Amino acid sequence: MIQTTNLSKNYGNVTVLNIEELTIPKGQTFGLVGNNGAGKTTFFNLLLDLIQPTTGQITSNEIRVNKSEDWKTYTSAFIDESFLIGYLTPEEYFYFIGDLRGRNKADIDTFLEDFEEIFNDEILNKKKYLRDLSKGNQKKVGIVAALIGDPEVIVLDEPFANLDPTTQIRFKKMLRSLSENKDITVLVSSHDLNHVTEVCERIVVLDKGEIVKDINTSPETLTELESYFAV
Amino acid sequence: MISNFINLEWKQFFRSTYWQKSVALNLLLAFFAIFLVGMFLIMGISLFPILKKEFPDADPFKTVNDILFYWILTDLIIRFFFQKLPVMSVKPLLTLPIKKSKIIHYVLGKSTLSFFNFLLMFAVIPFGIMLIINDYNVIMVLFWIFVLIDITLIINFLNFLIENLAAKTELSFLPIIALVGIFYALNYFDIISFATLLSNGIIAVADHPILILIPIAILAGLYFWNFKVLKEKFYIDNSLKSKTHEAKTTDLAWTNKFGDIAPFMQLDIKLLLRNKRPRSSIFILIIGLLYGLFFYPNPLYQDKVWLFILVGIFVTGIFLINFGQFIPAWDSGYYKMLMSQNIKYEQYLKSKFTLMSASVIIMFVLSIPYVYFGWNILLAHFAAAIYNIGINSHVIMFAGAYNRKKINLDQRAAFNYQGTGAVQWLVGIPLMLVPILIFLPFYYFISFESGLLALIVLGLIGIVLHQKIMTLITKKYTAVKYEMINAFSQEN
Repeated sequence: MIQTTNLSKNYGNVTVLNIEELTIPKGQTFGLVGNNGAGKTTFFNLLLDLIQPTTGQITSNEIRVNKSEDWKTYTSAFIDESFLIGYLTPEEYFYFIGDLRGRNKADIDTFLEDFEEIFNDEILNKKKYLRDLSKGNQKKVGIVAALIGDPEVIVLDEPFANLDPTTQIRFKKMLRSLSENKDITVLVSSHDLNHVTEVCERIVVLDKGEIVKDINTSPETLTELESYFAV
Repeated sequence: MISNFINLEWKQFFRSTYWQKSVALNLLLAFFAIFLVGMFLIMGISLFPILKKEFPDADPFKTVNDILFYWILTDLIIRFFFQKLPVMSVKPLLTLPIKKSKIIHYVLGKSTLSFFNFLLMFAVIPFGIMLIINDYNVIMVLFWIFVLIDITLIINFLNFLIENLAAKTELSFLPIIALVGIFYALNYFDIISFATLLSNGIIAVADHPILILIPIAILAGLYFWNFKVLKEKFYIDNSLKSKTHEAKTTDLAWTNKFGDIAPFMQLDIKLLLRNKRPRSSIFILIIGLLYGLFFYPNPLYQDKVWLFILVGIFVTGIFLINFGQFIPAWDSGYYKMLMSQNIKYEQYLKSKFTLMSASVIIMFVLSIPYVYFGWNILLAHFAAAIYNIGINSHVIMFAGAYNRKKINLDQRAAFNYQGTGAVQWLVGIPLMLVPILIFLPFYYFISFESGLLALIVLGLIGIVLHQKIMTLITKKYTAVKYEMINAFSQEN
């Protein structure tokens, strides 16, 4: 589904990302871990064509992401709060994203019913603009919005940070059920080794922009990762 | 400590993307400043001989003091729109071991170094020298200059108090207009003759140097008032906390008539109605609409028909200029998201175009009553409206591709008084000047109507070529996409 070849990103003389080859097959739930500055967000930004690669390319479903925009129809993402529109209410934001993804209001309303538990009665019909919600609730809205319109590729940067334990557990459950659907490719990054090992089928460790580990998740993965990071 | 602050400011200024991208605009501003300085210098030198020649009976020194009142009012208005309190981004400093009062003194002290404070001196000092050359008492002249420096600083600090007051109300420019208007009216109708009072006061100080203590006391009072206001605001739960308004949900279903650009239209309308910054551009419409009243009733301007074009462009295009010059910065807060969505850039821009064109038509209709001052004015406004839709709207959207300054819609009013600096006003100048330059040759060599026709034809060409121009503009935006994303994701 997603193919990376000879991808690198330099700022001046500093290489922040350098991936020779990385292929993420369709339907995989893929986790990216690494310390700060390892290049996780850079990779996602490149995948979403928000920055330009210095060399190499990423193709999504055979489409080069920086040459054509056709990949946008089946890709959705939540990177950070700058993906939210502060002056809309959560409902309006969902409807707006729905509009862009060809879903009408009724579709969105049915879609949102599944998330009542996660929203915990703090988000819908509260007569609040997104900018007035707490950071955690904003994140919930962003992640849920990224699921609108049955995307085939979902990119979530640090989806568990800032969330309360209950929501973390619910989102993990949700991501696992998504990974059962073999048409949906999910890309997640996280600092939290527990979360990624629970959710992802495959984990790639980045360090200073390079891939240092590529693991298919097994019961021993968590220990392996912990010993790697405990330096 | 002070050197630390200065170091911070320096870095903030030169390391912002904005500076790096707009060297040309900064140069333009510098030229403008030099021009003003030159004008004031010439005025300072030539004022004495001119007054002597024109009013041989009057004492030039007294005449100058008589008109100072009007300068103060003008200065207040100019400063209100152009001078902002130089507040550093104070939030990160609050938890550091720096005394709050130190930060505030620095901010206030720095404001005295503003260009606005020096400008008048370029006229006052040469005038003072001319006075001395013409055998006025040296001590008196020195104290006179000193009083004027004092007054300039009083205006400086008074302005920040007014701005602070203005920031609390929705109609931000009303207090200043009201204040200046009242003073002017009281003076004009001789109810209280401030001009004479002030003039006598200044002359009294110049004659009796001990009285200088009074203006100094006023200055000190204003300084500490400012200090107090700022000190109260240096808490994150005070000025930095947002008031949460109850959200009103609207679906704006009528915009669905616009087809595939409807979602963006709805977004733009909500943007305008729900954020402090863009909302003020709606209030400016009222000023724009009344702009013609400054000129049309005055018989002095009746034969200056080029003014009709200027006013026409301004009246019908005020929203276009105000809103358009910040495309696409209005959406800077979530630009990344828009760019990763499945949207067509063209629809996004077209929504802005539709909104601007609609505003031009509405403003034209609202300005029809100006026909009272003559049919020519209505015709000129019509031509200006067509030109605005066909040419200016496209020009301003094209210029938007060079927009690299993030707008923080959520920004609280406390440290964001007007939000528009001098640069933003400069952008409007070519939009108003070019149509006049097009109009003038036709007017002089053929006729008034032919000049209007030229504008209308140009506007119509723009409207006919709309699709083609939009494709071009879209290409330009796509080409600079990464730069824009990068600039918009930076604060300041």
